[in-house]
Amino acid sequence: MSGNGQMVPMTYREAVREAMREAMRKDERVFLMGEDVGRYGGCFAVSKGLLQEFGPERVRDTPLSESAFVGAGIGAAMNGMRPIVEVMTVNFSLLAGDQILNNAATILHMSGGLFNVPLVIRMATGAGRQVAAQHSHSLEGWFAHIPGIKVITPATLEDARGMLWTALEDPDPVLIFEHASLYNMAGELPASAGPVDIDRARVRRSGADVSIITYGACLFKALEAAETLARDGIEADVVDLRTLRPLDDETFLASVAKTHRAVIVDEGWRSVGISAEVSARIMERAFYELDAPVERICSVEVPMPYARHLEQAALPQAETIVATVQRMVHAHV
Amino acid sequence: MNAAPMNTTVTTPVEREHALHLLHQMLRIRRFEARAAELYGAMKIRGFLHLYDGEEAVAVGVMEALTPDDNIVATYREHGHALARGISAGAIMAEMYGKQEGCARGRGGSMHLFDAATRFYGGNAIVGGCLPLAIGFALADKMRGQERITCCFFGDGAVAEGEFHESMNLAALWRLPVLFLCENNLYAMGTALERHQSVTDLTRKAASYDVPAAAVDGQDVLAVEAAARTAVAAVRSGAGPYFLECRTYRFRGHSAFDTELYRTKDEVEQWKQRDPIRLFIHLLMDEGLLSETDLAELERKVADEIEAAVAFAEAGTWEPVEDLERFVYSERRSP
Repeated sequence: MSGNGQMVPMTYREAVREAMREAMRKDERVFLMGEDVGRYGGCFAVSKGLLQEFGPERVRDTPLSESAFVGAGIGAAMNGMRPIVEVMTVNFSLLAGDQILNNAATILHMSGGLFNVPLVIRMATGAGRQVAAQHSHSLEGWFAHIPGIKVITPATLEDARGMLWTALEDPDPVLIFEHASLYNMAGELPASAGPVDIDRARVRRSGADVSIITYGACLFKALEAAETLARDGIEADVVDLRTLRPLDDETFLASVAKTHRAVIVDEGWRSVGISAEVSARIMERAFYELDAPVERICSVEVPMPYARHLEQAALPQAETIVATVQRMVHAHV
Repeated sequence: MNAAPMNTTVTTPVEREHALHLLHQMLRIRRFEARAAELYGAMKIRGFLHLYDGEEAVAVGVMEALTPDDNIVATYREHGHALARGISAGAIMAEMYGKQEGCARGRGGSMHLFDAATRFYGGNAIVGGCLPLAIGFALADKMRGQERITCCFFGDGAVAEGEFHESMNLAALWRLPVLFLCENNLYAMGTALERHQSVTDLTRKAASYDVPAAAVDGQDVLAVEAAARTAVAAVRSGAGPYFLECRTYRFRGHSAFDTELYRTKDEVEQWKQRDPIRLFIHLLMDEGLLSETDLAELERKVADEIEAAVAFAEAGTWEPVEDLERFVYSERRSP
């Protein structure tokens, strides 16, 4: 990353907030709309302070009407604005499923290219906070099934800060999935941190023995696992997908061509999920590179339970990644 | 409200030129739909086909009250709206043929007509799905101080959807310039109004959102136009949304596949006595504003236009299959 060298301490939450603040300062067409984004400051406190800076017209509290305010975002985007619509959690986004799938994703095509929808929808995703089966799921893989939208999953501070602006500049709908467990993650960013691409996966750690392909909060479990594996002499290439639609095949295929082993770590359910898609693409395009079958580590297929020990048991964990990789490597030397 | 036709008489004095224009517009729609039905039978048009016969006075009357700068969001029964708004019959027919000369390049078909020049934003085939879009169009205009309003057409069926209530609430809460234009044709597909609404006077729904509302005889084009002018003026004044219910009836089935088991032939015949076109012709002839010669001239003009539209669609070309994956994502960056 370029910059003036001065590093600023920042949380993921603040990085998203800074990105929104910068967008609203740079472009008058940008406004934020969603439940409790204004006076409450956002249910995850992401938009705290923005109401005071930009006023109630541009930081717009909505009623609990997901379908109407997501649809309103679509209409406003088609009519010249650049809305950021915040949906509290991915589970609630299902109430706006019709607007996302049947309008946002289809209008460009149905209109023969006449009308595009430059809309950004942000929502929290993921488990780990003991909020049970209606607030914890990782449905970004579902949305990644839909042609016509883009699905991005910033995991790092740099991406939380930089992907939003690029998403706002995109002519088509972009859904941003922010893992709720990342909001408190603290680190440092250069004072000059700015937009980053939303097209490419990124290798977050380089290694020659196995590719761990992941995204979102699981990136940090993968990196933790990679450190443990390194002590065992196994070097992992950790690929952060960053964007689930369109998938950047080239980056993870290049990694697999280097390591000849692939483990996909995905907090979504295993069946018919993004991990299945990545695995299929590896089979289709890198089958002869493989020294071992592709492995997947996903959430156990239950609605997310409340009790902490059960929730943790349902989620992908660094220990599982370590054990899986060790088995793969030692079984196929 | 029951399924009996309303007995209000056709009213309001009207200037001849304007009267002939309204009649012309209604005749265009009637003729277009008749040809569409024939062409469907001839398998030139496929998919779903929802015809507007019987409801012409609504689209024609309402469009008269709007300016070219206003936004239109409509339903899947929208050929009439598109024609009355000014999308060419040829572009609509070609769309229904699936030709690339169609107003949506053949990607949308009958239910998804779009046009930038007339600010016609579909053609939405999810009942109620167009209402949130209208909120967004109006919000964008209000935020930028634009004068224009957004007219959202929907049917009585949509009133049962959550989107109707969410959108009415938002529009009222934010005082958005939206004209909620309910075309109550008494049936949500095959389910009669009294079988899908606990309160069948739909204007009463608006009261719970403090939105001014009116109902009008949708078979009377002059009454519709007058009511729409009142509604549009209220919305344009900045007072917020307005709910206008046009009580009407569709003469044909819900779609081409409808065997109409849910209503009697008598009921349909009774409503045909209140055919908006026949009523208007009688009025104009009684008033001495229309002669048989005028009518014949109009009908000839309409027939020529629609036949030209069919010829345009016939002569249209198929988009190359190589282009299948276009228009999933934009080919240009947004400005």
